[in-house]
Amino acid sequence: MDLITLWACLLALAILLYVVLDGFSLGIALLFQAARDEEERDTMINSIAPVWDANQTWLVFGGGALFVAFPMIYGVLFSGLYIPLLTFIFGLIFRGVTFEFRANATRKGPWNTAFFLGSLVAVIAQGLTLGGILSGTKVAEGQFAGGPFDWLTPFSVTVSLALIAGYILLGSTYLLVKTEGPVQERAYSKAFRAAWVVLLFQILVTIWTPFHYPSALAHWIHPPRIYFIWVFPLVGLLAFYGLVQSLNARREVLPFVFSSVFFFAGYLGLIASIYPYAIPPSITFQEAAAQQETLRFTLWGVILVLPLVLGYTVYSYAVFRGKVRKEGYYPH
Amino acid sequence: MDAVFLSRIQFAVTTMFHILFPVLTMGLALYLVVVESLWLMTKQEIYYRMYRFWVKLFAINFGIGVVSGVVLEFEFGTNFSHFSQSVGNVFSPLLGFEVMTAFFLEAGFLGIMLFGWERVRRSIHFLATCLVSFGAILSAFWILAANSWMQTPAGYKLVNGKFMVTDFAAAIFNPSLFARMGHMTLASFETSAFVVAGISAYYLLKGEYVDIFRRSLGIALVMAALFAPLQVYQGDVSGRQVFHHQPAKLAAMEAHWETNIKGGAPFAVLAFPVMEAENNLLSIDIPDGLSLLVTHSFEGRVRGLKEFPKKDRPNVFILFWSFRLMVAIGFVLLFVMVWAAVLWRRGCLFSHRPFLRTLLIFHPLGFFATELGWVTNEVGRQPWLVYNVMRTAEGVSPIPAGNVIWSLSLFLIIFIVVGTSYFYYVLKAIRTGPDMASPIPPIQRPAGMQALRDIKTR
Repeated sequence: MDLITLWACLLALAILLYVVLDGFSLGIALLFQAARDEEERDTMINSIAPVWDANQTWLVFGGGALFVAFPMIYGVLFSGLYIPLLTFIFGLIFRGVTFEFRANATRKGPWNTAFFLGSLVAVIAQGLTLGGILSGTKVAEGQFAGGPFDWLTPFSVTVSLALIAGYILLGSTYLLVKTEGPVQERAYSKAFRAAWVVLLFQILVTIWTPFHYPSALAHWIHPPRIYFIWVFPLVGLLAFYGLVQSLNARREVLPFVFSSVFFFAGYLGLIASIYPYAIPPSITFQEAAAQQETLRFTLWGVILVLPLVLGYTVYSYAVFRGKVRKEGYYPH
Repeated sequence: MDAVFLSRIQFAVTTMFHILFPVLTMGLALYLVVVESLWLMTKQEIYYRMYRFWVKLFAINFGIGVVSGVVLEFEFGTNFSHFSQSVGNVFSPLLGFEVMTAFFLEAGFLGIMLFGWERVRRSIHFLATCLVSFGAILSAFWILAANSWMQTPAGYKLVNGKFMVTDFAAAIFNPSLFARMGHMTLASFETSAFVVAGISAYYLLKGEYVDIFRRSLGIALVMAALFAPLQVYQGDVSGRQVFHHQPAKLAAMEAHWETNIKGGAPFAVLAFPVMEAENNLLSIDIPDGLSLLVTHSFEGRVRGLKEFPKKDRPNVFILFWSFRLMVAIGFVLLFVMVWAAVLWRRGCLFSHRPFLRTLLIFHPLGFFATELGWVTNEVGRQPWLVYNVMRTAEGVSPIPAGNVIWSLSLFLIIFIVVGTSYFYYVLKAIRTGPDMASPIPPIQRPAGMQALRDIKTR
């Protein structure tokens, strides 16, 4: 495997990890408005308090990996998606500061709203970004050459809605793992409803993508990709089946596992649709890549450091395993 | 109001906001390492209570540092895509390593540091504190490597306008890295020491929790006594670096227009520089002072600003005054420490009320000095983005100015809201005071612990 393809895989992994890890963090925030009382909200925030920052760091790593390995993608997409990306940042700022501010506040109302709205804005912006990428980007002489609103299409708005449902699913199934009693019970019903909405949107987006982005269609109906690309929707459907079954059976960990697999499947199917184009429709990973020396040098860093990072991340989760106890932000 | 100017303003606003938080993170993390070591070694409960108090401030501060930092990683691409795509080969790995080796470390162990009291052994918790501290400093290293590379680029060659890396070691350990790393790290430690000192002084003036804050103040003053003089020395080292590698910047910082051909260059203590007229309207000089300062000889030649084409000159007025004010603060803090030494010899360090009041009033000065230093650094780098190689105007993204007006306005509003809330909650946490009563988690209680009531309290 050449360096460029290897880096493309690394990048995909980083983004996938971010999507699942911050997915449940954002999802829990999205559930804030539907929570019954402050105590339930306290429990919800406590469930992600020790890990939310490390989760978000995968985004920073993904952005960094993108800049390192594919500076052209970094430059072109970030210029073209200026508005949704910075909107994403604005949402993240409010989501992030809420953790500390709410813990110190006597009146939690405004921060509950900030947490919910900040996360909602962040998720919508993510969807607009993804949809915007799939909607195609104008590139001329290696630089962005389009307009400031190219990313805003009915397709990208639909992707946003799909992500909202998807993260609510991840968030509610994560709560099944970390909570018990009434909070957990309410999470089950939310997970059920989210699951069906997610399925609906996933089917919608899966069918729509090849039409919105025609070269993807070729991958779904012509060899060689036709031989394996259908595995992803199949795995997705199986995961969905597993999800519904495990929810019915009141399992605690399996629903989150199946939700994550469902996400993987959709995500990998998406990559299989657009590869090798890094900036659809015209720029490939090969064209956008950095100098070999850069790829090699940084890869050494990844090989040496990333296993350590994964190691202590797993350790951190292990330290805080089990149901949410009284530690966390509340009570202080 | 074009995209270039607006992007520059936006980058300045976002970095100047962000930098305030890592400064306190770095210094306070080190402080917490010291306090937790004392807890582990002496087993005196008071140090546990001290840690739990100061970590409240640390936690609030850290969160904002994180979210304001992510902005910057994105901003290279959104607002300076030409720059990013051009220098990516050399520049981006430095940021990549920062995330992998430092940022992940801090974020990964922060959870245990803040919330792991009942879940991990004392030694593991201490390890977490140490790793967060180490991660913060390592982060500064990589970021400064990247920024220093922009100031004194090395380890690259230009091929068709694109930067290709030739030597990563040379790029990372470029000529100005060590000076600037030293200067910034010391700035963080010194600033934080004075913040802790000021808050401690507040409580000592009130006469509350005297045991905790005497000790807090003592540790802070030891740190400040170490760092304040070191920083003045380090400032000189940095200044001479600038003299060697960025002479236009040095000339502007000193409002030094004419190269001194015969005799030494004067040091302008105060001056009113006028860029168009290429001279100073008035100035109070020390003869030969500048030569002495940067060349360590009375007659050393210092290139004047007029040697450089007008389009290569940074803004003299801003640089002259930002530099001077920063240095002034550095000396003020040094004199405060001299005063502290005198009071300590006399045995009234913790009770001399004018001194405590001074500490309280002066506690934010380090932040001002840090911002002034960065203004000097970055405004002085203009008009270059990569010094002497790429101009700022060449680096911006191909986006309409309207985009930046939108984002800049939102950043300003958000920073005002977040900044105000930060002060409000920090003050609230400080005013609530240390929690002396909550039970210590069993896993944290050492055998033979000296409880609070065992120490003579006031």
